[in-house]
Formats: sequence, C-alpha cells, structure tokens
Amino acid sequence: MNQRDPLKRVLYIDLSRKSFWIDDRVDLFERWLGGIGVAVQLFKEEAPKNIEPLSPENPVIFSIGPLTSLYPLASKTVALFKSPLTGNLGESHAGGRSAIAIRLAGYGAIIIKGASQLPLYLVIKEGEVEFRDGSALWGISNANTVGRILREAAIGRGIRTIMRIGKAGEKLVSYAAVITETYRHFGRLGLGAVLGSKKVKGIIIYGKHSIPIQDKKKYREIYDRLYRLAVGSDAMKRYHDLGTAINILPLNYIGALPTRNLNSSRFEGAEEICGENIAEKKLARRVACAHCPIACIHIASIREPYPDEPYFYKTTFISYDHELLYSLGSMLGVKKIDDVLRLIDTVEAMGLDAISTGVCLAWATEAYKRGIITINETLVELDWGNIDNYIQVIKYIVEQPNDFYGMLARGTREASKHYGGQEFALNFGGNEMPGYHTGYGAIIGYSIGSRHSHLDCAGYRVDQTIKEPPSPEEFVELLIKEEEWRQILNSLTICLFARSIYNVENIIEALKPLGYNYTEEELKKTGEEIYFEKQKLKLKLGFKPEELKIPSRVFETPTPHGLLKREYIEEALQHYIKLIEYKTLQ
Amino acid sequence: MYVSSHEVKRLAILDAERCVGCQLCMFACSRRFGDGGLAKSAILVRSVGGIERGLTVIVCRACLDPPCARVCPTDALKLRKHGGVFLDQTKCIGCRNCVEACDIGAVFWDYETNKPIICVHCGYCSQFCHYKVLGVEKTI
Ligand code: SF4
Ligand code: SF4
Repeated sequence: MNQRDPLKRVLYIDLSRKSFWIDDRVDLFERWLGGIGVAVQLFKEEAPKNIEPLSPENPVIFSIGPLTSLYPLASKTVALFKSPLTGNLGESHAGGRSAIAIRLAGYGAIIIKGASQLPLYLVIKEGEVEFRDGSALWGISNANTVGRILREAAIGRGIRTIMRIGKAGEKLVSYAAVITETYRHFGRLGLGAVLGSKKVKGIIIYGKHSIPIQDKKKYREIYDRLYRLAVGSDAMKRYHDLGTAINILPLNYIGALPTRNLNSSRFEGAEEICGENIAEKKLARRVACAHCPIACIHIASIREPYPDEPYFYKTTFISYDHELLYSLGSMLGVKKIDDVLRLIDTVEAMGLDAISTGVCLAWATEAYKRGIITINETLVELDWGNIDNYIQVIKYIVEQPNDFYGMLARGTREASKHYGGQEFALNFGGNEMPGYHTGYGAIIGYSIGSRHSHLDCAGYRVDQTIKEPPSPEEFVELLIKEEEWRQILNSLTICLFARSIYNVENIIEALKPLGYNYTEEELKKTGEEIYFEKQKLKLKLGFKPEELKIPSRVFETPTPHGLLKREYIEEALQHYIKLIEYKTLQ
Repeated sequence: MYVSSHEVKRLAILDAERCVGCQLCMFACSRRFGDGGLAKSAILVRSVGGIERGLTVIVCRACLDPPCARVCPTDALKLRKHGGVFLDQTKCIGCRNCVEACDIGAVFWDYETNKPIICVHCGYCSQFCHYKVLGVEKTI
C-alpha cells in the first residue's frame, strides 16, 4: 500500500477515561486490506478473552477500506462487536456518508471501548475527539429528532456522518439499530444496544482530507472505467428504478415470500405492497450513499391529517426496501401501503432493526393465537394486519413494561425458549430470518453464515438459479466459497449491489494505482483466510455450531423447491461443522 | 482528462430537484488534481436540514460583478470575461475575505494549502453527474 495513505491510522477512543490516541497499523492494513479483514484482527487484540456483549469490555470497531472514497460504490462501513442478540460475533454494515467521513477524517478504523457514566455524543475530526454531554438527548422518543439536533450542533454539513441510536438502544433491546443519515442503518445484531450500554447516543465524524494517489494517471483511467460500468450496469437499473422492493412480486410468484410467520410462502397482498405499486403511488425521492451513483434508497411519503383541525397534514418521509416490506408487511399480513409505511416509521423512530422486530411481532402473533401467551403478557390483542396494536407492541418492546416484553426485547430465540413456540420462532443462530424462503440454499446460508444473514453467502440467490440442489456437502462448500469471496468485498467495503462490477479483475486493477499488487490467487487466498479468522473468532466468542436449531416451520411451508427435508439440512450442517473444525484447528 | 478553464463555458445547474446526493461531482472536482478525497472540491452537495427535505447544490454561479473579487485585498481574484473569477495563487495571502463575501457560500477553503477553492467552470464534475443536474452552458 501507499505509505502516505492515512488509511493505516487507527483511532482508539476510551470512553471510561475520556481519552483517545492514534496508532499506525500499517501491518494490519498491508496484510488484511481493511474493512472486515482488519476489524477481525483489531477485535482479537481488544478482546483477548470472551466478554459480555453489554459490558464495557465489548469493543465496537468501525472500519473502511483502501477503495473507500477513491472509487464509486466502495461506500460501506463495517462494524464489528459482540452481539447481544446471538451472543457471539456481531457484524453489521452501513453506507450513507459513514465510510467517506471516516476515510476523509484520516482513519482506516475507529475503536470505541470502555463505557461512559453519563450519556454523551462523540465528535470526531482529524486528530481530535470531543466528548460532548448527551444528557439532553437521552430519552428523546424519536430518533429522527435526535438527528435534527445533532445536525445543528456540529460543523461539516454535507461531508459528515451522524450516527445515532434511538430509545431502543438506550433500553438495550437486543436488536436495536444504529441509524446513520436518517435512512441508512447498522441494522442487524444489536449494535444500537452495545452503544446504548456505553451511553453513546451519537457519533459525528467529519473530514475533508485528500488521499494521495501513487499513480494518478492510471487512477483516473480506472475510475472512469468503473464509473461507466456502474452507470451502465443492470444493477444500476434494477436498484435505482425500484430498489430491492422489486423482489416482492417475483418472490411471491414463485412462492418464496414468507407470509404470516411463514405459515405461507405467498401473500395475497403482494400486489399492493410491491415495489411497483409503492413507486407509482408513494415514491417521493431517490437518494444515494456518498460516492455512489446508483441511488437505491427509495423514500416514500405519506400524508396524514391531524384529527383536530381541517386541512392540517403531517407529511412523513419513509424509506423502504424488500426486507422491510417483508418483515413489516407480508410477515405480519399487512396489506395496505400506508399501514406498512407507518410500521416502518415507528420502527425507525424507536431505532430498531426492522427484520428482527417484524419477525418478533410475527412470532408473538402466532403464539397469541395459539394461546401460548395471553393478553396478560401482550397487554393488547394481536392479530395479523392489526397495525394499531402492532405499533403499540413495538413501543412496548422498547419500554418493556412487563417480563414478557423484557423477553421479546431479547429476540425470538430467547422469548420462545421461555414461553414455548420454538418450532415457529423464525431465527437462525438467534438472528431473525430474512425475507426469502427460496429453498435449501437460503436455510443453510442463514445457518452457517457468519452473521446468520442472507448476505453472508447468498444461498437465496443460488436457490433461484439452480433447478435441482446439489448434494448437501457440495451446497455447503459452494456457499462457503461465496462467503470467502465476499470477505474481499467487505474488506474493501464495496457495496454488495456492485459485486458484478467489482469482479476479481476489476478489483486487481483498481488496487494497482494505489500501490497494491495482487494476483487473483492471492486475493482469493486472503478472502479464505479472513473467513476462517472470522469463524475462529465467532467460536471463541461462544458460537456453538452443534447447537444450531432449525425451526420446524421451515419444513412445513413449501418453497419453490418443494417441501424441504430436515435430513438434507442436518447433513449440510454436519458437513459445515466438520469443515470448520478441521480448518480452525489448523 | 481535465481541461483547463475555457472562457466561453460556464457550469450550470440544470435542475437541482433531480439531484440524488451521490456527491460524484464533488469527488470529480477534487480529482482534477490527481489525488482522491474532497480537499479540493469547489462544489458542495448537502441536504436542506436532513435528506428527507431534499438536497441543494452549492457552486459558483459566475457572477458578473463578483463580491469575492471586490473584497480581495491583493487582487488575487481576477475577473473572467463572462462572469466568475480566476485565482492567482501567488498573490493570495489566505485572508478568507472572499469566503465571507460570497453570499451563496460557494467559495470553499482548501485547508491543505490555506487558499480558497475557486470553481474554474471546466465542467469536469458534470461529466460524472448521471442525473443531469449539472451541465455546461456557453456564455456569449
Ligand atoms: S466546473 Fe470544474 S472547478 Fe467548477 S465545480 Fe465543476 S469540476 Fe469543480
Ligand atoms: S453528481 Fe449530480 S446527482 Fe450526484 S450529487 Fe452531484 S449534482 Fe447531485
């Protein structure tokens, strides 16, 4: 790498001592590129033994990569922490301006450790960290309001990131999110709760550095090529036009859209809540993450009248995508656009992860209908599509007025362990299911993926391209290969929507003018190594692959590949365990 | 390749409503000098108090009687023929008067050289604006 590149600088922030320092970690960035590759190593250093997720010892690591801010679409920040939801490794990615701001403030990674006694927010600039009193912000009921206040409080309009937690983070809900730039999130696995436990309400990062380039001529050439590829690509069209919401109808058509807690894989309201219909009726604007021409963020507007005065309206802008329309739409039997959007708005205001929240509501609804839990627990009646009550329940999850909500705030795994209904508690390794019931690939992927997310190894995509599944062993190996390669994308913090643009050749070319000479083999090898380093860390933090449980609902509701067989998935998991044990012992 | 300023061209904001806030224009402007980042950008795209309220593009509008030039104590800002100014780096003493004088906030500051960043209306940024917010117009 270019020795003048500030990427190698790591900012350490100790909340307990209110101190900070900067280290030159060229060793890590040379060896592990950046992003997830470097974050795993930093985490290992910071947490040499196992730790509690909500303790001051849990470090939060943000990292970005060498391509960030230099090429389009390398716009993600990786966050690594121990997850209060799964009880092991927590990894979440977000875009917005976060990655660019970290890079141009002159850092490759930021580590936040310790905990503050009093609420605070951090203002991070080049070579400077302010610890500002956040008492007045703590407890504000709407996370959007917090964003507005922070916007006024700091410099750097247009070139800064404002991360914040909502009330869910303060109240330590295991799936609380961190919101950045209003519409982007470190959504999954509970980073919001970890920051809440440290009393960090917000983080503002500002920077305007230049990044020195070794080969300026070549850099511009490759930039232009990647730019043209990006704006001419299919991904561009697909994600800009309708966004991921484009998936609702096709998934419904093939019978892969989880509906009413996966009692069905087809939703009769799909035509109403699909991307096409929302775009036509409600789309207000499309916006982009910094340095991304695709602009996939779709924002709808809804207008609600105030009951007390005629012609007086409140207009709310709400961003939506496939996962939200699934988890707060089909999964809950919500059939009207405005209703789904209102649920999304509530989840945003509270600062929760939308997928986990939706799946928790779905589990609770089914448990309630089956009489496993009663109104004594839920305090309101639960029924598919009853959104007024769902809004109330979301607020209860945050406030936790009784033991039941205290449990539900810890996710479907914990709640069902306590109350029953594990067979229809749709989580994998403790993380709630994403919106694809496409076949074996999806289920194996959720189970063995490091984040228990569809994005780890994209099994749901494989399902949609193959006719017949290969043997369970082959399937696992194929998915691990994909996850290994994605470690490179996630170390360079390239948006996964751009994975077809950033193929191996283009990545090698893009790295050259920055002073990296990789061969295809070396790059793939590095991906493999990062994957196993991460798996090792996951095991160290308490992950027990032999305890992975697949909820039986998965086998009762058909997929496009028919009803799934438990034996097939058990075999796949056995094979995964064997591979992991073999590799991590090496 | 970036072409040096041409007297007959002027950067124009064709329709700010179409802006998606990707900031590719800002990165392009800074890239004119070969490095990455945003230190040299003469254009800023930011939200109007939160992305939900829309975006605004701030860039030199090539005033015919530019206030920035009027307040420069060393005459480092020279008038361009059809509006806007050139910066003579050698004369500039880094006093920031021009920054204060520009009502639309389109004179930015280069913290690395301690000099203002002045748009030269080259139009390079517009080549990376996929949404046709930016364009180049002829000035006659
Ligand atoms: S016209 Fe040239 S100098 Fe002006 S903002 Fe665009 S790229 Fe920068
Ligand atoms: S390149 Fe165009 S769309 Fe993107 S921020 Fe600049 S003006 Fe807006």
